[in-house]
Amino acid sequence: MKIKLQIKRFNPEKDRAPWWGKYEVDVEPNDRLLDALHEVKWRQDGTLAFRRSCAHGVCGSDAMKINGRNRLACKELVRNLSRTIVVEPLMGFRVLKDLIVDMEPFFKKYRQIHPYLVNEDPEEPGRERLQTPAERSRFEDTTKCILCAACTTACPSFWTNPDYVGPASIVQAHRFIFDSRDRAGAERLHILNESEGVWRCRTVFNCAEACPRGIDVPKAIAEVKRALVFKKI
Amino acid sequence: MTIPTHRFEALVVGGGGAGLYAALTLSREGIPTAVLSKLYPTRSHTGAAQGGIGAALGNTEEDHPEWHMYDTVKGSDYLADQDAVEILCREAIETVYELEHLGLPFNRTPEGKIDQRRFGGHTREQGKAPVRRACYAADRTGHMILQTLYQQCIRRQVRFFDEFHVLDLVLEEGSGGRRCAGVVAMDLASGELHLFHAQAVLFATGGSGRMFQVTSNAHALTGDGMAVAFRRGIPLEDMEFFQFHPTGIYKMGILLSEACRGEGGVLRNALQERFMERVAPTIKDLAPRDMVSRAIYQEIRQGRGIGGKDYVHLDLTHLGQETLEKKLPDIADFVRTYMGLDPARDLIPVQPTAHYSMGGIPTNVDGEVMQDEKDTPLPGFYAAGECACVSVHGANRLGTNSLVDILVFGRRSGMTMSRYIRHSGWPSLPSQGLDWAQALLERLRNAQGKEKAATLRRELQQEMMESCGVFRREQSLSLLLKKLEVWEGRFLEIGLQDRSRRFNTELLEAIELQNLLVLARVTVASALARTESRGAHAREDYPKRDDENWLKHTLAAGENGKVVLKYKLVVITKFQPQERKY
Ligand SMILES: Cc1cc2nc3c(=O)[nH]c(=O)nc-3n(C[C@H](O)[C@H](O)[C@H](O)COP(=O)(O)OP(=O)(O)OC[C@H]3O[C@@H](n4cnc5c(N)ncnc54)[C@H](O)[C@@H]3O)c2cc1C
Ligand code: FES
Repeated sequence: MKIKLQIKRFNPEKDRAPWWGKYEVDVEPNDRLLDALHEVKWRQDGTLAFRRSCAHGVCGSDAMKINGRNRLACKELVRNLSRTIVVEPLMGFRVLKDLIVDMEPFFKKYRQIHPYLVNEDPEEPGRERLQTPAERSRFEDTTKCILCAACTTACPSFWTNPDYVGPASIVQAHRFIFDSRDRAGAERLHILNESEGVWRCRTVFNCAEACPRGIDVPKAIAEVKRALVFKKI
Repeated sequence: MTIPTHRFEALVVGGGGAGLYAALTLSREGIPTAVLSKLYPTRSHTGAAQGGIGAALGNTEEDHPEWHMYDTVKGSDYLADQDAVEILCREAIETVYELEHLGLPFNRTPEGKIDQRRFGGHTREQGKAPVRRACYAADRTGHMILQTLYQQCIRRQVRFFDEFHVLDLVLEEGSGGRRCAGVVAMDLASGELHLFHAQAVLFATGGSGRMFQVTSNAHALTGDGMAVAFRRGIPLEDMEFFQFHPTGIYKMGILLSEACRGEGGVLRNALQERFMERVAPTIKDLAPRDMVSRAIYQEIRQGRGIGGKDYVHLDLTHLGQETLEKKLPDIADFVRTYMGLDPARDLIPVQPTAHYSMGGIPTNVDGEVMQDEKDTPLPGFYAAGECACVSVHGANRLGTNSLVDILVFGRRSGMTMSRYIRHSGWPSLPSQGLDWAQALLERLRNAQGKEKAATLRRELQQEMMESCGVFRREQSLSLLLKKLEVWEGRFLEIGLQDRSRRFNTELLEAIELQNLLVLARVTVASALARTESRGAHAREDYPKRDDENWLKHTLAAGENGKVVLKYKLVVITKFQPQERKY
């Protein structure tokens, strides 16, 4: 089937302003939008730039705005989209070229919340630390995050305040705060309690709809807020 | 023009499981370390690994490293080096515990221990019945490994150069022989070349599945590290052994993990028959991948593919919603998203998908790269993970053994490197170190030819699938070898549209294609020479394994533009080769 793509293009090396590239490609209904972008790149315009790797929604490379919503290009089948598909880079980060944005500020936010297990208790070599399935289930959902930035760049609070840590970092913090093996929950809660922390969240919850991994982001945020209010994890 | 130059004691090329574990080990040893990766580390394909990591913890039933070792050797069709396999299976256990201590959220048993499940080829008491050996975190075990290691590297402030594409290895040619002195890389964001000077370099660049049309491998898996090493005179080992995983989503190649069958799923042909019962009466659908992939092709050839077509069905309908949602949630999601099917109700069309490179850069058990069949190390150069060949997988890898491999040998490499760095001193940087990379970029940036990289790549992938896939024969392999020469000629005639510097992904894809072409030639030449069938290498014209002549590793080296094949012996310690039955 034939579909039309309107892709927001911008190469700061030569363009003064962004412009719309319009393309028509022949695809199978079961093709991913990513396949359609490749059709453009491989047959029509080799200068089109976007990131991608796994092509099945697990590496987090190709989050972009597709018909106005943040999605992974490799997880959207063209048959489920309109005949003309509008593709833009994620909002809120500097565009480096076409659909590629500067992810460094995103990873900086991620690093802010100490995204690693902290536990200095002596380990018993040759044995695991025990954790019951019930304990594990408290943070299982937030371990799914692939750091694609779809949630953070869908968040109006982030658009108006680029210093806000954003939903992705809260999700990452949640993953450790609620892990029974971790000992740095209080530290992370302290960071999230500061002015650019979790209270910037105005419960608009665009993030809920944006997460390609189906993480219940609002629930994670609410649990972090609750832990702060009741001083209890 | 001055080229930015960086200096680190240790360089790790690749931010997947192998590279990150090595980097973590090095930084714990107090060695200043940089990781260069063409992708953000968390985008590495280790993150796509689903099913599990094998270790004989014995948490849910009796198990022993010796049993694991036996299965791995047998699975390898006796081509694995048994001294290395022994280390793999022994250290698997401490590695899994260490991962847990680093924070990996494994699924747990009711008592809170790491839970384990069944996987292909893993058995109790040398083949009696399937055993629960795969430790797992739902069906995103690789994702959790990658995240955990990246997190700990951040904690240790490992230096990352993200989106740096390594183009070449820099070697110092001294009177005492060659020594590794660093790498040349392109910063993708600016298109600029950088020179990295180091005492020790590790390649952990992953696989090369993009050689084939239908593959479970990411677009980025173009075998760069192997190709770079080969160009610098390092032979590649056992490249004819490429694993096809039996259950890729039809036409797309997206993997549906063996864990599906580990949890009880079965394969069915057009007659609804569970054909693996015929092929492997004892462990049935959990037979090793080479056998299951061949069995699927046989069903298809004998007209029992679904609707007469080239696929069969994976049946998960009897597993129940709960198992699907708790243990295979991502897989259930892939089936829904990409096929529009409900795994709890529908049968899933699958076909073998190019999955894993058993071959690679030859190393010993300490990660040191060997330059020849006499096992002469190249000082300062190390390799680990899928791009390396230790060899622990021989002619066919068992499921869950790659994650063990990348971690056990990633860590060992890190330890060896830190020992080496403490006494080695600095190599000098040769003045011509940048020449090759500069010339390549210069040529490609001005390439105005009429050939398109994308078209060439498509032809390569189709033909490799057709003639160098699950089944092979002399005639088609020789023909393919000739075509490869033609394609390499055509590659010199390509033209690129993108003349800009920043994120020139068209240029990047051309460089990757050049690597694939080199590796395809090595693979086909090695496959053509090996006149026997062993593991994943199935020659229709030589259907039997031939231990008398072929119980040996291939080493393919480039000499004056030709691939020259040499061989070295397999290390056999505990298990003598036997006929492989399951
Ligand atoms: C879908 C799927 C499921 C799997 N499931 C399992 C499983 O359940 N159990 C199991 O044991 N194994 C599994 N495997 C196999 C296993 O995941 C891989 O073999 C393993 O993860 C490879 O790890 P690695 O660290 O060697 O390479 P990768 O994780 O592929 O990392 C390669 C790294 O090298 C970098 N790189 C590559 N080229 C360059 C360059 N030129 N310059 C700079 N950087 C470069 C990349 O950016 C990347 O960071 C699976 C594989 C696939 C595809
Ligand atoms: S390409 Fe990996 S998530 Fe889309």
